[in-house]
Amino acid sequence: MSGLRYVYAICRPLGSTTLPSQLTGVAGVPPKQLTHHGLVAIVSAVPEEDFSEEPLKAHLEDLDWLSATARAHQSVIDALTVVTSPLPLRLATVFRDDSGVRTMMETQEETFRRTLDRIEGRVEWGVKVYAEFSESSEASDSPRSSGASGSTEISEDTGAKSVKVGSGRDYLRQRRQQRRAHEDKWEQADEFARRLHDALSRVAEDARIHAPQNPALSRASGRNVLNAAYLVPRAESEEFVELVDRTKGDEPGLRVELTGPWAAYSFSGPAGQEGA
Amino acid sequence: MTVVERREIALVDLLDRLLAGGVVITGDLTLRIADVDLVRIDLNALISSVNEQVPSPWQEPL
Repeated sequence: MSGLRYVYAICRPLGSTTLPSQLTGVAGVPPKQLTHHGLVAIVSAVPEEDFSEEPLKAHLEDLDWLSATARAHQSVIDALTVVTSPLPLRLATVFRDDSGVRTMMETQEETFRRTLDRIEGRVEWGVKVYAEFSESSEASDSPRSSGASGSTEISEDTGAKSVKVGSGRDYLRQRRQQRRAHEDKWEQADEFARRLHDALSRVAEDARIHAPQNPALSRASGRNVLNAAYLVPRAESEEFVELVDRTKGDEPGLRVELTGPWAAYSFSGPAGQEGA
Repeated sequence: MTVVERREIALVDLLDRLLAGGVVITGDLTLRIADVDLVRIDLNALISSVNEQVPSPWQEPL
């Protein structure tokens, strides 16, 4: 193999199981196994013109390239996840040659083994909660449309004579109420997310909270109030998924989304630390 | 795994994991993704895809 070495993951020897023969990784190159000291690195030989430092940096700013590479990386990890519990490396971990990969495996050996033990037989599930209500939908709650409460206030507060002043005061009061109702809804959303996270954390072996997703990127409607990852034994995944499913539709205006099963991306750091 | 139906994974979910998760190793080719805030990478990737004039996120900021 010439070129640089792109490393996807470290895993234990796959034994007699093999990766799908048609599997291609980043740059369209099939991944190979590089065994060293009883551990296996999953590696593709990638061209220098795309993966040496400068071109790679430039490529990573290109959303199409980033997207294609991320998906290719993920398809290799996905295939590995079917046959083992891989320890995924950060996207775009590149070495100069095989001996660079071996040196890395030696220096990290102890950590790799510990982490592989911890994630053995486990998968990661992603759970997100979105709050769907928006400021604009509430602002459109005009006195006319809001019915009883709005009209009651006008009459008790201002009477019929000073309609102008009354409607202004009424408007302010209504704005205040809207704001309060709005805050209540956000509190409820946070409370729901907290309760869900607590419940899922009790079932999962480990949990991580990710930063909320940016709606401009996810194109999801609503505000992301929970973005969490849970480490769950494969055998208990069905139970976990059912638990998440049961919460769907529990609260109006809140949407629960499940992704997975993922390799243990968020749990690949030393115990008790973030994956990063 | 057939526990949930497989839809195409959203890029943002993928990047949450590939850029924020996974073991960070300082290779002999050093990519400093680890030191850059995920959101910043995402936004810069997104922005630069629509606006070529945006400076590189890899250069030291301001």
